[in-house]
Amino acid sequence: MNAAAETELVEELLDGKHRALARVISKVEDRAPGYRDIVSQLHEHTGHADVIGVTGSPGAGKSTLVDKLAKQYRDRGETVGVIAVDPSSPYTGGAVLGDRIRMASNVGDMDVFFRSMSARGTLGGLSTATSDAIKALDAFGKDRIIVETVGAGQNEVDIVRTADTVTVLVQPGSGDDVQMLKAGILEIGDIFVVNKADMDGASRTVADLEEMLHMERDPTAKLDTGGFEKPDHPDEDELPVDGADTDEPDEEIWEPMVLETVAKSGEGVDELIQTLDDHSAWLDDTGRREAKAKQRYAAEIRQLLRADVADLIDDELARRGGVEAMAERVVDRETDPYSVADEVLGPIEDCVEEQRE
Amino acid sequence: MSADQEQRTIRCLVAKVGLDGHDRGAHVIARAFRDAGFEVIYSGLHRAPEEIVQAAVQEDVDVLGISILSGAHNTLVPKVIEGLKEYDAFDDTLVLVGGIIPDEDKEKLLELGVAEVFGPGTPMEETVEFVEENAPER
Repeated sequence: MNAAAETELVEELLDGKHRALARVISKVEDRAPGYRDIVSQLHEHTGHADVIGVTGSPGAGKSTLVDKLAKQYRDRGETVGVIAVDPSSPYTGGAVLGDRIRMASNVGDMDVFFRSMSARGTLGGLSTATSDAIKALDAFGKDRIIVETVGAGQNEVDIVRTADTVTVLVQPGSGDDVQMLKAGILEIGDIFVVNKADMDGASRTVADLEEMLHMERDPTAKLDTGGFEKPDHPDEDELPVDGADTDEPDEEIWEPMVLETVAKSGEGVDELIQTLDDHSAWLDDTGRREAKAKQRYAAEIRQLLRADVADLIDDELARRGGVEAMAERVVDRETDPYSVADEVLGPIEDCVEEQRE
Repeated sequence: MSADQEQRTIRCLVAKVGLDGHDRGAHVIARAFRDAGFEVIYSGLHRAPEEIVQAAVQEDVDVLGISILSGAHNTLVPKVIEGLKEYDAFDDTLVLVGGIIPDEDKEKLLELGVAEVFGPGTPMEETVEFVEENAPER
């Protein structure tokens, strides 16, 4: 693909042609030649969309909830983009991407742009591809972009990090899931949703989650002291009065909250939308949105550079007869890994040194 | 930009159109495509032609496989193809039809722009091979 065709594709996308948007996302996914230039050209048109991440264990009801959210936003006259990430087979690379089936409320509405993506390969390039796809949707003019992913593993956590607001979905009775949430996702969730709240055990799960969230900032919250006074907590003065913590007007800190929904019937979706709006407003008021964007771009630059340098080194390794041959020499005790690394990297370092002048 | 290695994967939409609840064939073909290393999007049952068009356009699939066993292919397939044309998506999408299609109808579908029609008993390998050989260059 030559530069003229790239520019044309970008122009078509900016003109609102669906096919062009779809093709750009394919190029990003495929890492097709020229995709970098396309994303570069798109960048100046981005920064207007509100990005919402939705994560949770398989079967928690993410797709169904995303469908309902998209519907509500559409009813308000906003346009929506959805990216649904599904795992792919590590053996064949194949995948069945099934999230689309749940998008029943937005059938025939082209202003909901739904795109399935598979977690291709293990290169860790997925979060890059996702954030580039978000840029394409943003430049296209979508008001809300929802990124949906299974919440397991570092890859997924990286993806949700690209969102302005992170929503974590939990299903009732998933005591062990809540345990799992401790590691990593509890810290990045802005809103927790117990879906299928009409099921047994929903209130228990809500209580578990609340307890865990409160523990994060107040170890003595909900502590059953059996009538005795609660021990002093050093931060006590700053803590809100019991029960009022969800809608405290306090500016600086966002208190993660726990909501209940029944995605299938749409129950609780209004409150969720309201909370998402609140969080969005909070991001703007406190300047956190900008700060987050800065962090994100910094991470993106780092990741890109790392990937590029890794490729450079791969080329160099191939030129020197491949890493296997080196490993063999190491096995034979002719050399050791550190020396090999120095050998390969030395010339590159010299080059960089020279260029610095 | 030699640094990036292209990772092209064939994307397929397996679609059930119209009032036809027989999806065993669609499931089997979806699995076969997945195991061949394709990315498969399954539409679910009872989809309207517009929905299929929407999905095919947004997902930017290389291959659209329409499964019909209801006998309504002469009505539904042209609608899908019209819709694809409307979004400039027809030229580089490989459209396949699977199901019970009488021979005289098969000719008509091929004339419309369907790349191939696969009847009952077609070996999986044949379909997969056909896709691998004919997936559009982009």
